[in-house]
Amino acid sequence: MTLLDTPRPSAAAPAPGTTTAPATPTQPGRLVDLFEFGLDSPICLTWELTYACNLSCVHCLSSSGRRDPRELSTEECKAVIDELERMQVFYVNIGGGEPTVRSDFWELVDYATAHKVGVKFSTNGVKITPEVAQKLASSDYVDVQISLDGATAEVNDYVRGPGSYATAMRAMQNMKDAGFTGFKISVVCTRQNIGQLDEFKAIADEYGAQLRLTRLRPSGRGADVWDELHPLPEQQRELYDWLVAHGDGVLTGDSFFHLSAYGSALPGLNLCGAGRVVCLIDPVGDVYACPFAIHDEFLAGNVRSEGGFQEVWRNSALFTRLRTPQSGGACTSCSFFDTCKGGCMAAKFFTGLPLDGPDPECVRGFGEQALEKRKEADSIPRPDGDHSHRTERGPRRDGGVVKTKSRGIPITLSLTRPDRPPVSACEENPLAGFDPRS
Amino acid sequence: MIPVDLDAAWDVHPQVSIRPEPFGALLYHFGTRKLSFLKDRTLLAAVESLAASASVRAAFASAGIPDGEIPRYHAALGTLAASSMVIERKP
Repeated sequence: MTLLDTPRPSAAAPAPGTTTAPATPTQPGRLVDLFEFGLDSPICLTWELTYACNLSCVHCLSSSGRRDPRELSTEECKAVIDELERMQVFYVNIGGGEPTVRSDFWELVDYATAHKVGVKFSTNGVKITPEVAQKLASSDYVDVQISLDGATAEVNDYVRGPGSYATAMRAMQNMKDAGFTGFKISVVCTRQNIGQLDEFKAIADEYGAQLRLTRLRPSGRGADVWDELHPLPEQQRELYDWLVAHGDGVLTGDSFFHLSAYGSALPGLNLCGAGRVVCLIDPVGDVYACPFAIHDEFLAGNVRSEGGFQEVWRNSALFTRLRTPQSGGACTSCSFFDTCKGGCMAAKFFTGLPLDGPDPECVRGFGEQALEKRKEADSIPRPDGDHSHRTERGPRRDGGVVKTKSRGIPITLSLTRPDRPPVSACEENPLAGFDPRS
Repeated sequence: MIPVDLDAAWDVHPQVSIRPEPFGALLYHFGTRKLSFLKDRTLLAAVESLAASASVRAAFASAGIPDGEIPRYHAALGTLAASSMVIERKP
């Protein structure tokens, strides 16, 4: 899931001081300060096209699996794209679910690029055939991001399910063969794969791709496995050092600004962009502050309502509130607050921590202390919406079943071979039988 | 920094999209997938004037930039040239 992949965005500015432009009431010098007050349109946004997915990754941010019967129709999606064009949203990060299983997926990608809305889509690679890769390589306006959470099948398939490593590698080979250079390999950093960073980089180099590392969030099904998968403190340090050493060459979607307290700030905006420069549109058109916060608390509105997406972005009560100066609470006195900003709102929320306190992975250890206190309180919010597959199709290769905590439902790792179509006609066409008028 | 000749004609790169914002503008280059920012509305006016101007100097003039401030805006344009956001017009 992407936020901003703009390594150290360059700013063209005459030296401060004598501008003839009408100064806005708050005209601090740094862009990051300007962005805290929000933009007229998002820089980019994440759009999850469907909850349908052929996989059942244990850490899925959106608890995807089965399509939702209320998902936006092709025409509704095109209307959203029209609106994004009017608002001059430069590009959308399309995800899911697995977006390519929507039967109108390529139609929507073509429609977006024809309307000057660039597309970067995230996929597990299931539909990236040699023919599709050829088509993608011929477009300047489409970028592709293939998810891989382990540099080996063993580590990857533990979280993404059996066969998923082979699917991703085959997709990457097809991309390379088609001459598509610079596609992204997107890795969620976990306790199991932090030790593989060099191997991930080697894979990216081998396929002419760019590596993208993002943070494991306790969102969606991720809430169930966060305690088991999130990197240990010493691994955080290892990750930070690795990111510093590789600089702009590795994308992070601005994921790790909470690690900047280890030393210098990492490349990127180092800002929580939720509702300010980014947001999420989910498959049923709900607009959330960010892709990691699918919960009523962060729901700003719906694109189907009057005024559409633009009205939600510019005037919703939630986004207006997020654009007012935030209280750093307990963190304000910390000497690293300027770059860390108290970390990730969603990570705090779904681990039951106060939003004005430290991030659960605060590098100074304040998060761990707060988590200990939280366990006594037992008041952890649950992510909203669960589209997980309901049928258990078999245990993991090692015989284990990953148990969810509070719901007590085993998360099923799909045994469906990825070269076969998804499980049912219904999921092959996420809009089958759906009539928006009825 | 790419040297920008003030007396040459320059253009915004055809793959660049410009979006005005309260603080200035956002630029996005679809070819390089890089984002850039104009932190000043006057600079935006100058960049938008490039296409209709015979020279960078003329674009600055039509944006109302006084001679004394040209060096600063010249440098800002150099930053944009370095990331291919603006390119020299070829006859």
